[in-house]
Amino acid sequence: MTVFVIRRFLQSIAVLCVTAIIVFIGIYAIGDPAEMLIAPDASQAERAQVVASLGLDKPLWEQFFTFAWNALHGDLGRSFVFNRPSISLIFERLPATLELTLVGLFIAIIIGIPLGLLSGLKPNTATDEVIMTGSIFGFSLPSFWQGMMLIMIFSVWLGWLPSTGRGQMGEFLGIHSSLFTLDGLKHLILPAINLSLFKLSLVIRLTRTGVRETLPLDFVKFARAKGLSENRIVFVHVFKNILIPLITVIGLELGSMLAFAVVTETIFAWPGIGKLLIDSIMRLDRPVVVAYLLVIVSLFIFINFVVDVLYSLVDPRVRLGDAS
Amino acid sequence: MSVAALFGEDMLLGRLVVGISRSPKAVVAAVVCVILLFAAVVGPYLVPQNPFDLAVLDIMDSKLPPGSESMDGLTYILGTDGQGRDMFSAMIYGLRTSLGVGVFSGIVALLVGTVLGLIAAYFGGRIDALIMRVVDLMLGFPTILVALMLLALLGQGLWKVIFALVLVQWATFARAVRSAALVEKNKDYIEAARTLGISTPRILLGHLLPNCLPPLIVIGMLQVANAISAEATLSFLGIGLPITEPSLGLLIANGYQLLMSGEYWISVYPGVLLLVLVFSINIVGDRLREVLNPRLGER
Repeated sequence: MTVFVIRRFLQSIAVLCVTAIIVFIGIYAIGDPAEMLIAPDASQAERAQVVASLGLDKPLWEQFFTFAWNALHGDLGRSFVFNRPSISLIFERLPATLELTLVGLFIAIIIGIPLGLLSGLKPNTATDEVIMTGSIFGFSLPSFWQGMMLIMIFSVWLGWLPSTGRGQMGEFLGIHSSLFTLDGLKHLILPAINLSLFKLSLVIRLTRTGVRETLPLDFVKFARAKGLSENRIVFVHVFKNILIPLITVIGLELGSMLAFAVVTETIFAWPGIGKLLIDSIMRLDRPVVVAYLLVIVSLFIFINFVVDVLYSLVDPRVRLGDAS
Repeated sequence: MSVAALFGEDMLLGRLVVGISRSPKAVVAAVVCVILLFAAVVGPYLVPQNPFDLAVLDIMDSKLPPGSESMDGLTYILGTDGQGRDMFSAMIYGLRTSLGVGVFSGIVALLVGTVLGLIAAYFGGRIDALIMRVVDLMLGFPTILVALMLLALLGQGLWKVIFALVLVQWATFARAVRSAALVEKNKDYIEAARTLGISTPRILLGHLLPNCLPPLIVIGMLQVANAISAEATLSFLGIGLPITEPSLGLLIANGYQLLMSGEYWISVYPGVLLLVLVFSINIVGDRLREVLNPRLGER
């Protein structure tokens, strides 16, 4: 187990290094770093100072070490627009994104698993057909357009829910979140649904496939032969077995939802890191863009690492297979 | 290409057509796909207005609801946008851009992925390990994140978007081709071809490839749908295609601000068209997967 965790950890570090190199190449080798990282309205003296501190007059490999060294110390440059370290801007807005993502994921699981079970237990019936076609529909709905339609229907036409912003936040056990006030919840519903629909379709299909693959297995036949009730077979024995792949995929999809939050946050003006990214791209505030990319990739690699370790705990075959 | 390979493709084509015809849902979707493809190719010559010809645009006609008549007697069946463009004409032009970008990047990704996948499977060893490492790395990151990273650093543009879409898609093809080719390469006909002294490229492309086609066709369909969606999303965010190449995503983005003030048609209709396009491609792709290989990577 320890060996597995250590090896997996080293792999994560390697991927992180590769990504850092790619981002570095993107800024320093393809573009002109001076133009990208120095504010357009900087004076000659400021310009010279930044060039010296980033070592832009030095060879490329030395620049990389300066870049990596600064990044390891949490120094990813200062935002031109806010004139603050870009990393602190990111961390300030990260909770809003995490809140949105986790609520979206929760909705996808809570609705997706029952629908997938229903579809998998009654294959090739009208119910199954409707659910499966619905899930393809969910895959096909462009996320941004779907969000706009939610705004159109629930905010503009019906006037039930607000269309932008995060609303009032409450505090509970020291955590600030919109989940704890009615106003906050109202603001959260539409963005969370918007973000969850795509993953909902995925959870439905995964659950269905899991059920279809597990039902013909011997242990299910044995459980039937033993005279267990159908409910117990499905909810205890089958469910436990489909949960393993489901947990992995859901864990991995969390990272993809964090990335997709960019779209949702842009539509609903949700004050998270995704909106910050798009705003920064539009304002040519590149240090923030670079900081976002490095933070989100690190976060993503960290999630993958945790999921893999958890997976190997649940299913020992994974780490044994990897070791041989 | 050898006669046997052609015959094999014929049989494959036959299976596809029969497979689709057995599902009414898939037939409808396939017909819609063909109509949309036709509209994208010849539509721009038939529509009432060239939305890029500034001479025919009239700002007095801006934001007219569907069914309104213009000053010179033209009926705007789907209304006009903020610049007084006929939405229907703009959508047909947008459809061409969206479909073009999606299909083109899908085909390039398919070619790149297929060649790398075949090489990995056929040669094995270090080459295989290296290619698959990169594939795993690519597939580990969500499409939208890679595309965002790339376009955030490179800036917007038609070829940059296509490059980003190819980059995020090739790995899926490479993996599918490799696993199909791994099964095929140990079969007797490959051994026979090798004994006959046929050159390696010919064995790969003439003998191995035709037998790896079924999963490629399915993934190709689904990837084109994904690419169209991804391009629309990126264009909506303002980091995809430039204003000079208005895809459906950009048309929707144009209507975003006007949605709040009740001019719904500017963003709703291009969105419906985009949805119908992606949905029907996905339905056909899903059906083909059932027909060709029921066990192929259920998502």
